[in-house]
Amino acid sequence: MNKPLRRIAIFCGLLVLTLLIRDNWLQYVKADSLNDDPLNRRVAIARYATPRGDIIVGGSPITGSVKTSGDSYNDFEYKRTYKNGAMWSPVTGYASQAFGATQLESIDDDWLTGDDDRLFFRNTLDMITGKKKQGGNVVTTLNGAAQKAAYQGLAKVGGKGAAVALDPETGAILALASYPSYDPSSFAGNRTSDQKAWGKLLKKNDPAEPMLNRALRETYPPGSTFKVVTAAAALENGLYDSADQKTDSPLPYTLPDTRTELKNEGNIPCKDATMREALRVSCNTVFGKIGVDVGKEKMAEEAEKFGFNEEQFTPTRANASVFPTKMDRPQTALSSIGQFETAATPLQMAMVASAVANDGKLMKPYMVDKLQAPNLDVMSQTDPEEMSRPLSEKNAQILQSMMETVVEKGTGTNAKIPGVTVGGKTGTAQHGVDNSEKPYAWFISYAKMPDGGKPVAVAVVVEDENANRDDISGGGLAAPIAKNVMQAVINSKK
Amino acid sequence: MSSTTNTSTHHTSTIGSIGTPSRRNTELALLLFAVAIPVFAYANVGLAINDQVPPGLLGYGVGLGLLAGVGHLVVRKFAPYADPLMLPLATLLNGLGLVVIWRLDQSKRLQALPTFVSAAPRQLLYTALGIALFVAVLIFLKDHRVLQRYTYISMMGALVLLVLPLVPGLGANVYGAKIWISIPGLGTLQPGEFAKIVLAVFFAGYLMVKRDALALASRRFMGLYLPRGRDLGPIVVVWIISILVLVFETDLGTSLLFFGMFVVMLYVATERTSWIVFGLLMSAVGAVGVASFEPHVQQRVQAWLNPLREYKLSQQGVFGHSEQSMEALWAFGSGGTMGTGLGQGNSDLIKFAANSDFILATFGEELGLAGLMAILLLYGLIVERGVRTALAARDPFGKLLAVGLSGAFALQVFVVAGGVMGLIPLTGMTMPFLAYGGSSVIANWALIGILLRISDTARRPAPAPAPNPDAEMTQVVRP
Repeated sequence: MNKPLRRIAIFCGLLVLTLLIRDNWLQYVKADSLNDDPLNRRVAIARYATPRGDIIVGGSPITGSVKTSGDSYNDFEYKRTYKNGAMWSPVTGYASQAFGATQLESIDDDWLTGDDDRLFFRNTLDMITGKKKQGGNVVTTLNGAAQKAAYQGLAKVGGKGAAVALDPETGAILALASYPSYDPSSFAGNRTSDQKAWGKLLKKNDPAEPMLNRALRETYPPGSTFKVVTAAAALENGLYDSADQKTDSPLPYTLPDTRTELKNEGNIPCKDATMREALRVSCNTVFGKIGVDVGKEKMAEEAEKFGFNEEQFTPTRANASVFPTKMDRPQTALSSIGQFETAATPLQMAMVASAVANDGKLMKPYMVDKLQAPNLDVMSQTDPEEMSRPLSEKNAQILQSMMETVVEKGTGTNAKIPGVTVGGKTGTAQHGVDNSEKPYAWFISYAKMPDGGKPVAVAVVVEDENANRDDISGGGLAAPIAKNVMQAVINSKK
Repeated sequence: MSSTTNTSTHHTSTIGSIGTPSRRNTELALLLFAVAIPVFAYANVGLAINDQVPPGLLGYGVGLGLLAGVGHLVVRKFAPYADPLMLPLATLLNGLGLVVIWRLDQSKRLQALPTFVSAAPRQLLYTALGIALFVAVLIFLKDHRVLQRYTYISMMGALVLLVLPLVPGLGANVYGAKIWISIPGLGTLQPGEFAKIVLAVFFAGYLMVKRDALALASRRFMGLYLPRGRDLGPIVVVWIISILVLVFETDLGTSLLFFGMFVVMLYVATERTSWIVFGLLMSAVGAVGVASFEPHVQQRVQAWLNPLREYKLSQQGVFGHSEQSMEALWAFGSGGTMGTGLGQGNSDLIKFAANSDFILATFGEELGLAGLMAILLLYGLIVERGVRTALAARDPFGKLLAVGLSGAFALQVFVVAGGVMGLIPLTGMTMPFLAYGGSSVIANWALIGILLRISDTARRPAPAPAPNPDAEMTQVVRP
C-alpha cells in the first residue's frame, strides 16, 4: 500500500501548495487593489484615524478635525470640520464618515490623510519615533475676500447661481462660489443627525440641489456672453480686422434657409453695425450672421480653443461645456449667440474672459497652489501652464476695447470701477420649453489696472426666481456681483 | 513468523536496542517553543490594543504550558515512540488560535454586536477538554487495531452523528447550514467533526477486509480497471450519503470531506487509479447536480464568483446575502506581505464568525503573507507527519486509518482555507485547532491522539520473540 500512500502524500502537499499560491496571489499580487477599493471600510478608517491635513486659503485653514464624540462605538477617530462650510464647499467638497469624500477632499485624500508616497519617508520616521501619522496640507489659490464677495452677492440675489474668478495671467482660481450651498460639517460624522442633514440635502428632498457645485458641474446656456467667442472667431478668421468696421448685417435678419426672423431684444441700432456697437447693445442679428459667415467648423474650432467640448480638471473635475458640432446653418446662427445647444459652465465663461484679458493666452485654471508636508515643507507646487491661444495679441486687444466699451457705455455699466478699466459682457439666456422658465442672467468681465496688470477675470450666472422676467438682465443682476468680486481682488492686492 | 524462527534471540534484541529512538526529548524541546510563541503573541496583542502586557498573561502561559505538559507526559508514558512533531504542532496552532480569539474578544466593533460573547475563556475550556480526550485516547486505546472490532458499530455511529442535525428539536439551522445540534444548557455541537473520525474507522475496517475483492475483481478497459458492478456498491452508498448530507444539511464542505476521505482510502486500499477517476467524476456529478436545484448552494457559488456583488447586496439589506467573503478578502489584502501586526488589523469587520469560520482572515491581516504561509505550512507538516505514520504503520488497518484521518484533515484545511481565501466556494467548516468551536477542537485533539497511537505502534521496536523451544533446536543444527 505504500505506493498510493506516497502519492497521497504528494497530493496533500499539492493541496497546501495551492493554498500557498492563492495566498501569495491575494496578499502580494492583489493586495494593493484590495486596499484601494473605496468600498473597503479600511480606506475610511485610515482617512479618519488621525487628524486630517487642512485645506488652506490665504494662509489660514478653512477645515479642521475634531475627535469623534459620543458613547456608542465609532471606528472613526476624528471628524472633519469646516469653517464657513457653505461658502467654501464648492472648493473643498466634503469628507464625511458616513457618506465618503468628494472633490478636493477626495482628490487629495492621500495627501490629507498622510498616505501619499511622497510622505512615506516622514511617516516611516514618525513610526520609528512613535509619533502618530500626520496628514499634509493643501494650499489653494483662492482669495478669501473675493470668495466672500461672490458668495454673499449670490446669496443676496437669492436665486440659484454661481460665480468664478480667475487670475488671467496664471489661471489661478480666486473665487468659486455656488448658491444655494450646503455646510459639509452638518453631515461629516456618521450619527443619526448626520443622516438627517444629508437626507435633507438630497435632490429629492430639496429641488434647489444645494449639493450641486454649479460653478463647475452645471452647464447653462451662455446667451449673449457667448458673443465674445463669436467675435473672437470673426477676428481670428479674418472676417474683420478692426472693431469699428461695418459688418454689413441686415435688419431684420432672416435665419438662413428658413423664413424665421432672428429678433433683437428691443429696438436697438443693429443694422450694418460695427462689432463694437453690436457687442455694446448685444445684437443677436449681427452675431448670428457672423456665426454663419464664419461657419460651424471654424466656430467650433475657436470655441474649443477656449476650452469648450472638454472636461476641465482644476483638479476638481468641471463638466465639459458644449458647442454643438452637428448642426445646420440656422442652428449655427443660434449657437453663435449662445442659444440652441450651446451650454457653458461658469468656469468656462470665466476662462473666456480671462483669455481675452490675458492678450489671447488662455492659462489652465487650477486651484491647488501647493501641497505642504506636515512640517510645512512644500512638496509639490503647481506652475501656471498655458492651455491654448484662442486669439492673437492684436485681436485680443481689439476684443478688449470692445468689451471695455460695453462697460463704459453699453449694457454693462453696473460693473464700472473707478480708476480701473473694466471690460465685460452681459447675457440673458432663456431656457425651458418655450422659454417658460426663469432666464439666467450672465455677466463676464475682467479688470485692467492702470499699470497694465490684469489681476482678475470673472463669470457670474444667476437665475432669478424672485424678479419679473423683464427685470432680468445680466447687467442688472450679475454685473454688481462681478464688480464686487473684482473690487475685492484689487483691494487685496494693494 | 516462520521466516524469523532461524534468527537468534540475541540478534533480535540487538536490533531493538539500536532501533528507533523515542524522540521524546525532541518533542519536549519543540513543545517549549509551541508554548512560548503563543505567549509572546498574547503579550503582543495586549501591548498593541491596551498598551500593556495583558494581566491574564501568566494564567494563559501556565494554562497552555500545563495542558501541553500533561499531553507530553502522557505521550512519554503511554506512547513513547510516537511521532515527536504532531503534539507540538497541534499545541502551537491551538495556542495561536486562542490568542487570536482573545484578540477578537477585545474588538470594540465585535463587542458592540448584540450576539457578542467572550469566546477565549470557553475556547480554553474546550482546549482542556480536547487534551483530556487526547489523553484518554492514549491511555485507553492501547492498540489502534482494537478499533477494527468496531467497524460496523462505527458505521452506525457515523450515520447517527450525521443524521442528528436533521432531527427536529435537536438540529439548529445556523445561517443556512444545518450542521449543528443544540444541547440545552451545553450549547451547540457540530457532530460532523466527530463523524469524520468515526467514519475513518469504519472505512479503514471495511476496506481492509474488502480491498482484495475491490482491487482484483475488475476488468481492464482503456487502461483503467473497472470495478465489478457489485463492488461499486459501497462507493455508491457513501456517495449517496454525501449527497444527502449536501441536500439536507446544505453543507458542501462536510459532504466533500466525507467523500474525499473515502476515495483517498479506497485508492490506498486497492492501489487502483480508476477509483480516483470515479471519485472525481462522482463528486463533480453530485456537486453540480445538487447545485442545480439547492438555492443555498447556488448562493454560495454566486458569492464565490462575485464577492463584491454579494457585498453590495448585503449592504443593501437584501436577505440571504453576506458581506463576509468580501470583508475576508479585504482583510487578506490589508495584511499584505508582513501584516499589520497582532491587534492592529480590522478583520473584525467580518463580524459574524470572525473568530470561527473566518479566523484565518485575521491571521492573514495581522500576520501577513509571511505569517499565514507559516500557519499553512504547520498544517502541511501535521498532514505529512500523518501520512508518514501511515507509511510506517505495519498493519493495513493502521495504514488506512492514518491516511484516512490525515487525508480528511488535509481536505478540511484546504476546503476551509480555500473558502475563506476565495479559491473555492465557502463552506461551513472551521480551521482545525485555530477556530473557535468546541466540537472542532475536541474532535481534532482526538484525531491527533489516534494518529499518535498508530505512530507509536509503528515506530515501537518489535518485541523480542518469546523464548521458543524451536529456537533451541535450530541452534543445535548450526555449525
